[in-house]
Amino acid sequence: MTDRRATRAAPDRRHPRPWGDPLFRSLAAAAAGFFLLLTGAILLELTRGSSLSLAKFGPSFLWSTAWNPVTGDFGALSSIAGTLISTAIAMALAVPLSLVIALFLVELAPPAVSKPVGAAIELLAAVPSIIYGMWGLFVFAPLMSDHVQPFLSDHLGFLPLFQGPPMGIGMLTAGIILALMILPFITSVMRDVLRMVPPVVKEAGYGMGSTVWEVARQVTVRYGARGMAGACLLGLGRAVGETMAVTFVIGNNHRVGASLFDAGNTIASALANEFAEAADPLYLSALVELGLVLFLITFAIQGLTHAWIRRLERSAGRGL
Amino acid sequence: MSTAPGTMPAGAQPPWRSTLNKKMAGLLMCLTVAAAAVGVAAAADLTGAGATFPYPLYAQWADSYKKLTGVGLNYQSIGSGGGIAQIKAQTVDFGASDAPLTKADLDAAGLVQFPMIIGGVVPVVNLEGIAPGALKLSAALLADIYLGGVKKWNDPAIAALNPGLALPARDITVVHRADGSGTTWIFTNYLDKVSPAWHGKVGCGKEVAWPAGVGGKGNEGVAAYVQRIKGAVGYVEYAYALQNELTHILLENRAGKFVAPTQASFQAAAAGADWSAAPGLYLVLTDQPGDGSWPITGASFVLIHREQRDAARATSLLDFFAWCFAEGDAAASNLDYVPMPDDVVALVESLWRTDVKSAGAAVWK
Repeated sequence: MTDRRATRAAPDRRHPRPWGDPLFRSLAAAAAGFFLLLTGAILLELTRGSSLSLAKFGPSFLWSTAWNPVTGDFGALSSIAGTLISTAIAMALAVPLSLVIALFLVELAPPAVSKPVGAAIELLAAVPSIIYGMWGLFVFAPLMSDHVQPFLSDHLGFLPLFQGPPMGIGMLTAGIILALMILPFITSVMRDVLRMVPPVVKEAGYGMGSTVWEVARQVTVRYGARGMAGACLLGLGRAVGETMAVTFVIGNNHRVGASLFDAGNTIASALANEFAEAADPLYLSALVELGLVLFLITFAIQGLTHAWIRRLERSAGRGL
Repeated sequence: MSTAPGTMPAGAQPPWRSTLNKKMAGLLMCLTVAAAAVGVAAAADLTGAGATFPYPLYAQWADSYKKLTGVGLNYQSIGSGGGIAQIKAQTVDFGASDAPLTKADLDAAGLVQFPMIIGGVVPVVNLEGIAPGALKLSAALLADIYLGGVKKWNDPAIAALNPGLALPARDITVVHRADGSGTTWIFTNYLDKVSPAWHGKVGCGKEVAWPAGVGGKGNEGVAAYVQRIKGAVGYVEYAYALQNELTHILLENRAGKFVAPTQASFQAAAAGADWSAAPGLYLVLTDQPGDGSWPITGASFVLIHREQRDAARATSLLDFFAWCFAEGDAAASNLDYVPMPDDVVALVESLWRTDVKSAGAAVWK
């Protein structure tokens, strides 16, 4: 292990720019510190902005389904539930597909296929979210209402999840659009992670007679597990905060519906819709408190995922 | 001091660096000059902010006025709430709002308001076999539908009003606005007036706790949802209903007649209104008397400060509005808006003479 302190102790006076290293170090530290400060400042401002609402509702804000701007009664449950459900649908659809696509691109596809497909996926990841929203509203929602939702309610209609009129817009459509949005994102990061698996390790597996599937599962994915969990976390972060695509297709209804065909709302869509016209101080404060809740949900998800990864690694023998 | 082969002497820059530096400096200078030029030009324009509903018309008027007089107007359609906030903060010359302020609010903020243009909110439906203007609804029934009480299109209450019509046995999907808006304010104001159940349960506001249905973002969102969902009923501004060729309904007004939403029925609603008796010109045109009145009519208001800091700028602003009243009727009709009746225009101009001052002297003569 190189002793970092020894190498940076004395600036080399023969070097034409001896102030280079200390300057670089302080600039980099300042940039990193700035972002820590910024996070703290955002948290502080969110708490200050929601003080009215925090004082009036207290913790019951989190489990109340009311949302009445006229009487001043607000509750976050429908928004929180909507955020979590739409994100869960998106992750459930996107993560397995992303893994399979990344494996295909890295392990199975010839370069003539993997290069253009990879480029196309990265292009999809750069498409603005409002385009997805508009496409979802004008193209995808009719597809859902005419074909997919009637199919689901015919075959799985006994489940309360798939009951209700097939409007085309709703929680299921929003979840699928979100999945389509985060899929290219997760795929491109997973592909980069899988490409970094040393060929030596894979060839050792092949040398012992493993099939392609066995090497992919036991060697490649295991090696890149931490990076892939990081890719999923990035996708999750994007799905939780996604605003415009969801606002167009989720139906914007402040109720928790039993069915996936029902309309709902997410925290981000509620903020996008209502923030501009919220003149009443309590209304504004309730919306800021929604933002604070989203901020804390994102932190919680990150913390949980990191803890889970650490536990995985410890059981796999690393970090000892 | 000799340099090692393959390296540059200490302190030297690569040969392309000096050209790059020159190009960057030149680009920076051009940008600064351009920014300064834009800044100088923008300072002379009149500014306004507020409701999205009249934006297309205000933009058209501003364009025509600039061609005529060279005075520009910059209008930002950030919503009624934003417009009110900006004029109170004195960052713009005028604010625009679909929901009028009460006299108390006006006096507290030192503002004067006047109606500029009239529009209507039109309930639209998507039902197979029902042509535009075929379905009749009463006020109580519309409120009941939006309360979630009436769930199917072939409900006896609807069938009773529409004896000759073949109503399908479809679920009613209520579509409302997801975002806060002046259009919602006008619509809920109407429902609040005509339905005690609505008044008790929901009330009037730019954003309310809708008992049923899905929310679309903006007039465009509601129009899109109504077009896509069979059995949907929604409410949009008149211009959107026309441009998207949506199926409008006939609504029963206060006089008991079923009227269609047209420029004539909006004007009828405005004509019956008594503006001179309204304190601060706070008058909501919903549920107005008159045989031909459209029940969900609303005016879009302009807010200016009572005490103007710059007399010349204020005169210029009022000249613009006077021109809009006098010459802007054709443009308004072309864009499916309804211009204010002449007697109201006279009332508004006399209000400018008496109430809008700068350092004690009236700004407009």
